[in-house]
Amino acid sequence: MPLLEVKNLKVRVEDNEILHGLSLTVNPGEVHAIMGPNGSGKSTLSHVIAGKPGYEVTDGQILFRGEDLLEMEPDERAAKGVFLAFQYPVEIPGVATMTFLRTALNAQRKARGESEYSTPDFLKKVREVAKSLNIPQDMLRRGVNVGFSGGEKKRNEILQMALFEPAVCILDEMDSGLDIDALRIAADGVNALRSPDRAMVVITHYQRLLNYIVPDFVHVMSKGRVVKSGGKDLALELEASGYTQFEDAA
Amino acid sequence: MNVVLAKNETGRALSESFAVARDRLPGGGKVAEARNTAFEAYERVGLPHRRLEEWKYTDLRALMREVLPLAAAPDAAALKQAAAAVKLQAIKGARRLVLVDGVFAPKLSELEGLEKGLAVRTLRDVLETGDAALQTQLFTPDNANPMVALNSAMMTDGVVIEIANGVVLKQPLQVIHVASGATPAAMFTRSLLRLGKDTGATLVESYIAAEGAKAYQAHDSLIVAIGDNSRLDHVRLVEDGRDSFNISSTVITLGAHAHFNTFGMTSGAAVSRYQATIAFAGEGSRVETNGVNLLNGRQHADTTLFMDHAVPHCASREVFRAVVDDRGHSVFQGRIIVRPDAQKTDAKMMTRALLLSDDAEADNKPELEIFADDVTCGHGATTGALDESLLFYLRARGLSEKEAQALLIQAFVGEAIESIVNDDLRELAIAAAQRWLEARA
Repeated sequence: MPLLEVKNLKVRVEDNEILHGLSLTVNPGEVHAIMGPNGSGKSTLSHVIAGKPGYEVTDGQILFRGEDLLEMEPDERAAKGVFLAFQYPVEIPGVATMTFLRTALNAQRKARGESEYSTPDFLKKVREVAKSLNIPQDMLRRGVNVGFSGGEKKRNEILQMALFEPAVCILDEMDSGLDIDALRIAADGVNALRSPDRAMVVITHYQRLLNYIVPDFVHVMSKGRVVKSGGKDLALELEASGYTQFEDAA
Repeated sequence: MNVVLAKNETGRALSESFAVARDRLPGGGKVAEARNTAFEAYERVGLPHRRLEEWKYTDLRALMREVLPLAAAPDAAALKQAAAAVKLQAIKGARRLVLVDGVFAPKLSELEGLEKGLAVRTLRDVLETGDAALQTQLFTPDNANPMVALNSAMMTDGVVIEIANGVVLKQPLQVIHVASGATPAAMFTRSLLRLGKDTGATLVESYIAAEGAKAYQAHDSLIVAIGDNSRLDHVRLVEDGRDSFNISSTVITLGAHAHFNTFGMTSGAAVSRYQATIAFAGEGSRVETNGVNLLNGRQHADTTLFMDHAVPHCASREVFRAVVDDRGHSVFQGRIIVRPDAQKTDAKMMTRALLLSDDAEADNKPELEIFADDVTCGHGATTGALDESLLFYLRARGLSEKEAQALLIQAFVGEAIESIVNDDLRELAIAAAQRWLEARA
């Protein structure tokens, strides 16, 4: 069974239809890249999968392991194993990163009927993951993302991904605002999480990120639809020719 | 016409009640005279109503309607109930002083082994046998405020604490007001804390109800005098029963180079009013006052502060936060006066309200009266809802709507709670906030 199936999805925000019948099938172990120009609906797709309020689904379905995702609250989706790495992770002053991570992890485990982590086990796990992502301990003591650089914010997203062990990871413009070193660290973190059970959907405007996270499939989005799908070579093709041809096709 | 009638009705009922209670109230001679004067002052106005500017948002005539009869002294059953409730408020290492239904309860209090330079007496004792100066000090709060006048007339018991010059107390003093409230009644308490020169102390006041307490009224007042070069840390937690009233008035005077750090949080009571006057009487002193209201249902909580800068080179900070859900109503009135001599005053006030429902209300009334020309004064206020983008981020990480709200509310009030210096007291305040959040979920 596919992990994630998006079928003929139509989405509007107020009076504007943003997605005009988008379909996508993601199987376990696969890494899909979704590319496209600004305004093509990439981020809308990621938001609708995660359950962000403000979007109206007028037609179509999103199934997660065959279950209707659109019927679930955002926290239920997270507990089932859907993870969105935000393009712009928010700052939450007054909520310590450690408190946040622990509350979130235990909320997800509780929702799945699993036992909550004990403090020592939790700390051990966080420290291990933080170390592998080059996240200093003092960052974990600060408020969530407060005063973090762009790179630190993205690493914090990947830290959460590693901690929550989701089945599907949606990475929304992970490369935006990152220099090449920060990008490499983030990409290494993502690659370490690739597994036969887990799928990833990498949303990006630029081909650059795909040099580090090599996808199995590339989809080109334009004006709210997938206009072309192919293998990783499609990304290189796009790099050479640009998005213009697809805008015409859409 | 209706207003006059209402006043007469409540007034008459109360004057009968005062006549009945008078014989039970401690103190004869001058004390009894001062009570009569205070009661007459109260009767001239009666319960304050919205046409009195200071009570515009808290119309006690509409909210409270009447002053209940004086509570009976607690019996063995009431003391037992109270003892159980007090346990929940226990703080490590604090000296506990407990008032049950407005009467000092020696068995629930710790009076043994007082630190050197610390004297603790009951209000009753001081009114009956104390010296004239101390008795006069107990009647200093201004009868112009009707609820203060009523408290002066009816005060039954309380604690009178004196700290000798040069003494810095190690143990926090914890005054717990417990209502056992088997029958609806009013209690009237007044306490006095006198810090000499070069002293330090920590005072915690908690207002709680025993299990099954009925509707009651807690009328309290506190007089604090902080001597030169002294510091008082003060925490005040109102967790009264949800059918009760808490009307409290505080008068604080600071000497020179003194420091007063106070934190107050109201999460209980149906209707509460906390009115505090803080007066600078010596130069180079500093006050930090932090307040939090956590309200839901139809709770109404009013904090009215009056910061009186009468002398130069003093600083005051007021930070107030309200979290209001359902049909709750939070009121903050902050008046700062900088008198002509008070040059180089540095006074700031900031209020922030978080409204969790469309029917929630938060009123802010800053009043700055500045008569000196070389001062720094400012105030600011914001009101808003929880940030949707933060809520979504937390929910996308697996927190339910209530859990996500709770975490953001904790963060919002946490900044104010951080102002509490003592770790154990900070924990006590966090626990009180937690209880409110859990009751809400």
